[in-house]
Amino acid sequence: MQVVRNMSQYHPENQITVIDPVRRWGFPDLLELFHYRDLIYFMVWRNMKVAYAQSIGGFAWAFVQPALQVLIFSLVFGGLLQLGSDGVPYPLFSAVAVIPWTYMAMVMNVGSSSLVNNAGMLGKVYFPRLIYILNPAIGGLLEFGIAVILIIVVLLYYGQPLTQQAFLLPLVFVLMIAVPFSVSLWMASLTIRFRDFQIVMGHLMRALIYFVPVMYSSSEISPEWRSLYIINPLVGVIEGYRACLLGSPIFWDSLTYSIGITIFLLITGALYFRRMERIIVDVI
Amino acid sequence: MPSSKAIVVENLSKLYRLGTPADLTTEVSNPVIRLLKKPINNFRKYRSLYTFTEQELAGQTAGRDLLWALRDISFDVEPGQAVGLVGANGAGKSTLLKILSRITPPTLGRIVIRGRVSCLIEVGTGFHPELTGRENIYMSATILGMRKVEVDRKLDEIIDFAGISAFIDTPVKRYSSGMSVRLAFGVMANLEPEILIVDEVLAVGDAEFQRKCLNKMSGIGKEGRTVLFVSHNMAAVTRLCDRALLIRNGQIAMDSTAEEVVHEHIAGGRSDTASREWPDINLAPGNDSVRLRAVRVIGRSGAALSAVRRSEVVGLQLSYDVLEPQQVFSPFFTLASDSGLELFSTADPDAGSTQVPRQPGRYISTAWMPANFLADGCHYVGVTMRSMRTQSRPFAERDCIAFTVVDDSEHVLGASWWEGRLSGVVRPTLDWTTEYVPQNMVIEG
Repeated sequence: MQVVRNMSQYHPENQITVIDPVRRWGFPDLLELFHYRDLIYFMVWRNMKVAYAQSIGGFAWAFVQPALQVLIFSLVFGGLLQLGSDGVPYPLFSAVAVIPWTYMAMVMNVGSSSLVNNAGMLGKVYFPRLIYILNPAIGGLLEFGIAVILIIVVLLYYGQPLTQQAFLLPLVFVLMIAVPFSVSLWMASLTIRFRDFQIVMGHLMRALIYFVPVMYSSSEISPEWRSLYIINPLVGVIEGYRACLLGSPIFWDSLTYSIGITIFLLITGALYFRRMERIIVDVI
Repeated sequence: MPSSKAIVVENLSKLYRLGTPADLTTEVSNPVIRLLKKPINNFRKYRSLYTFTEQELAGQTAGRDLLWALRDISFDVEPGQAVGLVGANGAGKSTLLKILSRITPPTLGRIVIRGRVSCLIEVGTGFHPELTGRENIYMSATILGMRKVEVDRKLDEIIDFAGISAFIDTPVKRYSSGMSVRLAFGVMANLEPEILIVDEVLAVGDAEFQRKCLNKMSGIGKEGRTVLFVSHNMAAVTRLCDRALLIRNGQIAMDSTAEEVVHEHIAGGRSDTASREWPDINLAPGNDSVRLRAVRVIGRSGAALSAVRRSEVVGLQLSYDVLEPQQVFSPFFTLASDSGLELFSTADPDAGSTQVPRQPGRYISTAWMPANFLADGCHYVGVTMRSMRTQSRPFAERDCIAFTVVDDSEHVLGASWWEGRLSGVVRPTLDWTTEYVPQNMVIEG
């Protein structure tokens, strides 16, 4: 029998939960989220395990998939179509963009539909709903981490030197997580009420890759269109990675735009999500 | 906070908006305009799902599309108290539970909970078939709000409780359904919340396992933890709870000791679900040859009942109007258990076999079920009419009415009940014969 509670443990004696109607606007409860950190860990881990369950390749697929994509892009766009790559070998040019793009696309896809897809679960047990949006963003980082090995291999193979612009890498990395996360906050909340957004998101994701400089270089965009082009916050991230790793000039315009839009989406998205997460079960 | 109460519920209400058929009549008949207006109407409709006007909240507009699942409920629970929630299906018990467990917010009022809550609404929440038993324990327990270190400490106990230690590293998809249920309950039973909210999860597993679960539950109560227990199993409510709340039409109809509330629920339960009538013949199920007018559950006296004792005979009665001559009709009842399992069907033997037409007019048929035959719990009655001549079914009402059987036999209410809750979908009392065989008379091989 356990008599003394470990001091590091959660102290429920002090915990008071107040349940009241949805009236005020507010931000998600981060302290509560912190309490559920083990659940986040297990959910991320489960999704990884289930994704590669009963496959011979197992986690190696996380490496093979981006490698295949870089290979295909290099063959088609670099080889057959001879698209310009700012003087950098195309596989290198492609790898540093494809891998962040894959991460962001996955987070937006999975995150946006995560609440609707888990409607059954939502009606049975309470835990912070934000965990569903966080899961792909965190889980995707594992696959991203493995794919980074591919980037390093390609960088070494072509003897690409480390540029001084690499100091921006942490910022670009954080932005890469924040952009799709803030988009899925909004899309997940909207999809709960209006299923139209699920359909919209499907089309959006299919179109989006053409509006991000993954296959081509953004230097090919004519200057009069650029101000419109960089409204897309993903552009700043991809350009950021190219600048940091390949030494192309830093595009401060797209980067600041991207940061600004993301902060805006993150704050408004968090407010809206908080409001929606409580009524999910009634309207889903 | 003014008190040290575990749970304080203040003027809690929950309003739902139901669907309306209004669009059909108010709409402009031009289909093009209707098509164009559709998105706007849809937007209004989906938007209004959870937004209510001040008048609606004040209860001033008697909108057809509004349903008060809970209306102005207030109560509080002392720490260490075990409280049962009793009421018919649709009375609001589950809604209250969902608000307490923060799955859905209240429309009005508020709840203050002091202490950590675990809410068990369904067995096996968060289980994934690809994960092993051990992995699912961690998954399920953290979903229910436990920390990993707590699960580490409890792991052996959980595995032991479920009795599946040999299969703990096998994916759950290869488990039998009984095994996964036992594992799931093992996780729940070993949670250590201050407040435990349980919904009918005991209706799983075999008799032996159910006994284990109930023992565990009563143990939790004795340890001084607060328990809120929703069940249709009246014997379990009286056994586990000191106090019970009777919920009727979204309001607390009674707040007293468990025994009194259970008695009130059984004896004075409104029979609205146990009998149905169709006063307007044009709205009654059926067609131009025959129409259903009423279905009810009756006791020996002929009075309609919503709850019956197992030791008494029960009649299923239907009234129907034959509207055309020269037709042969054979009504039959289908009885289903709470879990949707069909127990049996029984048809009017006269009409079916003799093929003699019945005159137009009102008929009342009763099918009597013997005493000491049904198991306790909720039963659903479906009624179907067969037309023997046209080989058709003029009406077929599934789960038309419902009634509860309360097991009042000795072994249930008596002290020995705890040791063996009987399983099975029916509980006939059979003639047992036992002979004593002296030891030296047993022939080996």
